[in-house]
Amino acid sequence: MQLTLWTYEGPPHIGAMRVATAMEGLHYVLHAPQGDTYADLLFTMIERRQKRPPVTYTTFQARDLGADTADLFKQSVRDAAERFKPQALLVGASCTAELIQDDPGGLARSMGLDLPVVAVELPAYQKKENWGAAETLYRLVREFARRPEHVPARTSCNILGPTALGFRHRDDLREITGLLTGMGISVNVVAPLGASPADLARLGEAHFNVMLYPEIAGPTAAFLDKQLGQKSTRTVPIGMGATCDFIAEVAELAGIDAGPHLDSAHAHAPWYARSVDSNYLTGKRVYIFGDATHVIAAARIAQDELGFTVVGMGSYSREQARDVREAAKRYGVEALITDDYLDVEDQVAALQPELVLGSQMERHIAKRLGVPCAMISAPMHVQDFPARYAPQMGFEGANVIFDSWVHPLMMGLEEHLLQMFREDSEFSEAPSHLGHAAAPVRAAEPVAELVAAPEGAVLDVAVLEAVPGGPPVWTAEAEKELGKIPFFVRGKARRNTEKYASECGIARISIETLYEAKAKVGR
Amino acid sequence: MDGLPGRTVDTSIDAIGCDARPVLRERGQREVFCGLTGIVWLHRKIQDAFFLVVGSRTCAHLIQSAAGVMIFAEPRFATAIIDERDLAGLADANDELDRVVSRLISRRPDIKLLFLVGSCPSEVIKLDLSRAALRLSRQMAPAVRVLSYSGSGIETTFTQGEDACLASLVPEMPVVADGAADLLVVGALADVVEDQFRRLFGELGLDRVAFFPPRKAGDLPAVGPGTRMLLAQPFLAETARLLEERGAVRVAAPFPLGEEGTTAWLRAACAEFGVSSARFEAVTAAPRERARTAIARSRPVLDGKSIFLFPDSQLEIPLGRFVSRELGMRLTEIGTPYLHRGHLAEELSWLPESVALSEGQDVERQLDRCRDMRPDLTVCGLGLANPLEAEGLATKWSIELLFSPIQGYDQAGDLAELFARPLVRRAKLRV
Ligand code: SF4
Repeated sequence: MQLTLWTYEGPPHIGAMRVATAMEGLHYVLHAPQGDTYADLLFTMIERRQKRPPVTYTTFQARDLGADTADLFKQSVRDAAERFKPQALLVGASCTAELIQDDPGGLARSMGLDLPVVAVELPAYQKKENWGAAETLYRLVREFARRPEHVPARTSCNILGPTALGFRHRDDLREITGLLTGMGISVNVVAPLGASPADLARLGEAHFNVMLYPEIAGPTAAFLDKQLGQKSTRTVPIGMGATCDFIAEVAELAGIDAGPHLDSAHAHAPWYARSVDSNYLTGKRVYIFGDATHVIAAARIAQDELGFTVVGMGSYSREQARDVREAAKRYGVEALITDDYLDVEDQVAALQPELVLGSQMERHIAKRLGVPCAMISAPMHVQDFPARYAPQMGFEGANVIFDSWVHPLMMGLEEHLLQMFREDSEFSEAPSHLGHAAAPVRAAEPVAELVAAPEGAVLDVAVLEAVPGGPPVWTAEAEKELGKIPFFVRGKARRNTEKYASECGIARISIETLYEAKAKVGR
Repeated sequence: MDGLPGRTVDTSIDAIGCDARPVLRERGQREVFCGLTGIVWLHRKIQDAFFLVVGSRTCAHLIQSAAGVMIFAEPRFATAIIDERDLAGLADANDELDRVVSRLISRRPDIKLLFLVGSCPSEVIKLDLSRAALRLSRQMAPAVRVLSYSGSGIETTFTQGEDACLASLVPEMPVVADGAADLLVVGALADVVEDQFRRLFGELGLDRVAFFPPRKAGDLPAVGPGTRMLLAQPFLAETARLLEERGAVRVAAPFPLGEEGTTAWLRAACAEFGVSSARFEAVTAAPRERARTAIARSRPVLDGKSIFLFPDSQLEIPLGRFVSRELGMRLTEIGTPYLHRGHLAEELSWLPESVALSEGQDVERQLDRCRDMRPDLTVCGLGLANPLEAEGLATKWSIELLFSPIQGYDQAGDLAELFARPLVRRAKLRV
């Protein structure tokens, strides 16, 4: 058993739903109790889809347990086939139905329906959402993809990976389709987003595959390579450098010259990063956590395209752990592979980054710790499905990333003025640039509260006396001086100073100690 | 009605008190939450209680999706996610549970009451949480009391989770010491509503009033013969039954929604304790007037409009009664996951003859009926609301009716406004 406050990924049948909901002409019959219908709201409320997911739940109850649940399942299959008239049915079990072992695939096949039935077995007590999506896409493609009679002469590719409820999948798809079309390559089939089972049958007509999200498309791309000899791209085009690498890779697969396409590559982001006002971004300490694809891409952008320092990175994608660990080496950090939100919170608190790049969970952590945060990965909140076009991939994606990572940070000159004139009463603790991260004034020091002063020592400096051998105590003047340091580095300054004082055996922290620590410990 | 096996469509006439009306009973796909969802409000209501679901990743995902992950304070709920190793052998699962609980308690020493909440997987593998609760209670006494209940979707629908939780607390309630008659208000209410009711009861001369569940686990009210219980929520069948076993007597009343419902609810309690009608009038006259005025603001938007309620929280019948009698709305169908004829007798007698009642659900057929009727307003769950809006139907999410303070005089206007807002908004938008 694992104690879980929040989970990064849903169970694997949610992954299957993301595939089914993305597709056309497919209906999913899920053997599951009534509460599992909550999953519909992920699509209708968080993603604001206008249609219900194409899912029928059997909603069996305690009184059905035993022989009846199998009949109920068959009845649901019959009803769904009749009502929705899909091209194909997907059938499977959720965690509870897995335990009662009704064998949805066997039951559905025994019914003699006049449409194809694809059964997906998703072990709910071992695997999670992305794995479930990958497995489902793979099973569907295995079922429907055919060796083509002839491959059309014009160079074309399939795009694999975009699903419903994916982080910016819709916009990434538009951006990458545009990029490929610009290179003279047509898109044969996009799967699963928008594909019907009949479209999957045509996958083999493309010359190669573009794999956008390896977590979801990996097994399918490998299968198509093995079965139909279709090679697949490996580079995920997130960031300027990766997009250029992607163009080169695509050109090679398509047998065309990448040169002209690379020469005309354009985004504003690289110039913005070079412009003088971005100097203040240099060496900003970032912490990155999310799914493997986005974390690996984000680390590269952070270091190479924005000049940040990656102080920690990790992922909940266990299946891709090796890739994340490998990537982390490049930044001299060790990757944290976990799906325990508390581990991530501990690491963020300990590393005290100046910017967190993560999912909705990290936004929550960052908010508590008073650190700016930008979203790079699922899981998401409704606000992470923006109305505007906001891809992460391609050149426009590079622009979007520049804006969305830099906006939560304070602008350079503003930061300097704040440093110089801390005591100006009109400087609020949480400047407007932090926007949604604006924390109440007391919460401006949560790092200090959590890490450095668990007993409320911050508040009672004047009355506290140093205890021999105990933690160092702040003098009133030093505490006041500390208050002049901008809040976003104050926690770190407090911690460094206390660490320094403890190490040197200093019981009372004076202004002197504060600056000694600043000089010796540094950033 | 078609004769498909597995679906039961029962349109037999049901006697409801002296009221007789057909109830459509359906068994098809339900589109409702399971009882785990009650944790979303219960963990805020009982401030020193913690809810540990023993379940699957699905259960954890359900609660966080229903709660919305942006809860700012650390939530007082978590899930012990069962994995393969636990499924291999039950003895192991108990050890695992002990380990998870001790990690939890060391993280949260403020916890006084811990609920182990059963789920479908824990029920199906027959993990005996009541025994685990006894064992853990013994280990952690007196610092932490451990209780258990089931919020599983195979046994409970949405608000029945609160019923199961409160029912598990009933045996813990102390025995009334002096036999004096006390009023026990049963069902979680928003703190603000509870405070208003407490003041009103005080002005009415009823001082020995307790609310259940309490805000602190240690403040469980006493119960015994002579206790009069007044249900504040319509979904507490099991809790009421257990309280009756302990000697409490239910005061029959409609539910405190709207001016009329609140008045009848308070009046039923007053009649029980012999409060004079003069005093009752004097105390309630001003708040009643306030409530009527507030409700009247939304009435022009809603008067004569038709409404369809999908089954969700069991609040549907009292809500339907309120919108029909106080806002002039025309009821088409009221669905409820479960119809408790006894507790709802007064409510049912207030419903117009014309309304169709349905119990249970077959969501596809119900959607067909709803689309046929094209009501002006549809009250439904989160999975259905946007798709229906996209089809051109105005909707109100039912969950908001549960997560907002709606009971009592000073919330009656807010309640009316919750129904009016979708229509007002549609009239405003020019896109
Ligand atoms: S219906 Fe059952 S399995 Fe599903 S979330 Fe509820 S308790 Fe868990």
